[in-house]
Amino acid sequence: MELIFEIGSKGRHLSLLPQCDVPKVEVPEKFRRTQAPHLPELSENEISRHYTKLAGRTHGVNDGFYPLGSCTMKYNPKVNEEAAALRGFNRIHPLQDPSTVKGALKVMKMAEDALCEITGMDAFTMQPSAGAHGEFTGLLLIKAYHTERGDEARTKIIVPDSAHGTNPASAAMCGYQVVSIPSGPDGCVDLDALRAAVGPDTAGLMLTNPNTVGLFDKNILDITKIVHEAGGLCYYDGANLNAVMGIVRPGDMGFDCIHSNLHKTFSTPHGGGGPGAGPVGCKKFLAKYLPGLCIEETADGKGFEMVKAPQSMGSVKAFNGNFLVVVRALTYILMMGREGIPEASSNAVLNANYMRVKLSDDFKMAYDTTCMHEFVMDLAPLVKETGVNALDVAKGMLDYGIHPPTMYFPLIVHEALMVEPTETEPKEVLDQCIDVLHEIYDMAHTDPDYLHGAPHDTVIGRPDEVEAARHPIVRYVWE
Amino acid sequence: MALFFSKTHEWLLEGDDKTVTIGITDFAQEELGQLVFVNLPEAGDQITAGEAFADVESVKAVSDIMSPVSGTILEINEELLDAPEMINDAPYDAWFVKVGDITYHEDLLTEDEYNAFVEEEKA
Repeated sequence: MELIFEIGSKGRHLSLLPQCDVPKVEVPEKFRRTQAPHLPELSENEISRHYTKLAGRTHGVNDGFYPLGSCTMKYNPKVNEEAAALRGFNRIHPLQDPSTVKGALKVMKMAEDALCEITGMDAFTMQPSAGAHGEFTGLLLIKAYHTERGDEARTKIIVPDSAHGTNPASAAMCGYQVVSIPSGPDGCVDLDALRAAVGPDTAGLMLTNPNTVGLFDKNILDITKIVHEAGGLCYYDGANLNAVMGIVRPGDMGFDCIHSNLHKTFSTPHGGGGPGAGPVGCKKFLAKYLPGLCIEETADGKGFEMVKAPQSMGSVKAFNGNFLVVVRALTYILMMGREGIPEASSNAVLNANYMRVKLSDDFKMAYDTTCMHEFVMDLAPLVKETGVNALDVAKGMLDYGIHPPTMYFPLIVHEALMVEPTETEPKEVLDQCIDVLHEIYDMAHTDPDYLHGAPHDTVIGRPDEVEAARHPIVRYVWE
Repeated sequence: MALFFSKTHEWLLEGDDKTVTIGITDFAQEELGQLVFVNLPEAGDQITAGEAFADVESVKAVSDIMSPVSGTILEINEELLDAPEMINDAPYDAWFVKVGDITYHEDLLTEDEYNAFVEEEKA
């Protein structure tokens, strides 16, 4: 299809843009560009069709099943959008006098309290705008703790080899050296490898639990104890919190700080590049280093105020982060309630196990045991038998209107397909996906070439990822 | 000039001047798939046997390239940075680094031993 720069014509315009509602200012001469920017000029009709056409080329949770492992693509209730659209939330400015935004402050405080309750932490900052941003912020908390104690020999962060790639990346961004430890044959942390890795140079450990293969690490209390006894702190990557919310708390597992992906676990839209929110929570002893402004109740108990933590690290994002994402997440939490939150996790685990067991006849499971909210299939045997690999199966699913599972992750399983159905899918949808995968399995044996060429019915089939990575075209060049 | 191999799938060409040139094997590039980025160390860097000295990225994953020797980087193949596909096209020409002042090297395999090792890995 045509790019927006290739449609329209000079002089066309539309009435969708709002009036300017702030005083106009003159940009100083030296900052002014000498050439007018090339902006597309379109009629409302053209722009509306353009974006409708674009929407038709995507797949979202509103289009169909989206079992993308590790991403928790649950359905986002529309009531979240209603709350976020309230004028008192979306027509306010961060620099407004706090006395005029009491409701917004209360929302942030309520969200903080709810997240503390769910995760077993004592305080939260809403500033970080994504999971990896949260990891970076959490590691800065750990660094601040060691630095204040004068314990600067702690330069290493331990990360299991099954971790999300962002974990080692965040540690490196914080100036830490990453120590990768191998997983045991059961997919969990190898305690002996961990004991051998910790020492006076250990700043901390980063871990998801359940881990990236969808298993709850039964040794979690030993793991956090080993790290603590070595003088390190424990960071919980909240990517997989959807499996355990309201059932077991990272704080009780021995973690000192965590991030929670509101856009996954607490049902706010994602997958289109954001905005997300990755609030960071911590135990009391780390709260004094939190970034940004914390929301506290005023002394008279009648309102809220924004207070900088005593030894705050500064800011990791402007103001209070992506506030409207927090509004959506709090709406979700309140709608679900104390009973609904753990029920959602239980159903997420049930759905995953239902699919896992139903698929176990044809497909090899990487870890043949009860899973949590997601499971990993190992397609190596299918590749050997038929030449059809994880990519081909994923592409084949597209023709059935299903978003494929996560491919080739975690890296410790070579032909991995990682399935996370989430709790919001009814049994019929799970059954349909199970049937589709069985059909594809049979097709791999009868007509492998058909799958090598899949998808056959989508507007985009197999983009040249290699060419795109080697020679990316990231901007439009005007003739 | 003698060619050796490591169990982590690097090749080493021993020069007459006691330097070695390191790259990755055909089996390694095949397993990694089409490469899209390469990170190399800098000339003058110290590298340690058994530790990563470079990494390569395919559309699937980033993988460390392990050094089979301890020594000092003398020269890097800057051409790879712009054209990582050279590694896929001709893995034995696409050298990564030249290393000197070698203080240690791991037990290395001959070509026949390496081929047998790869057959075992495939099985």
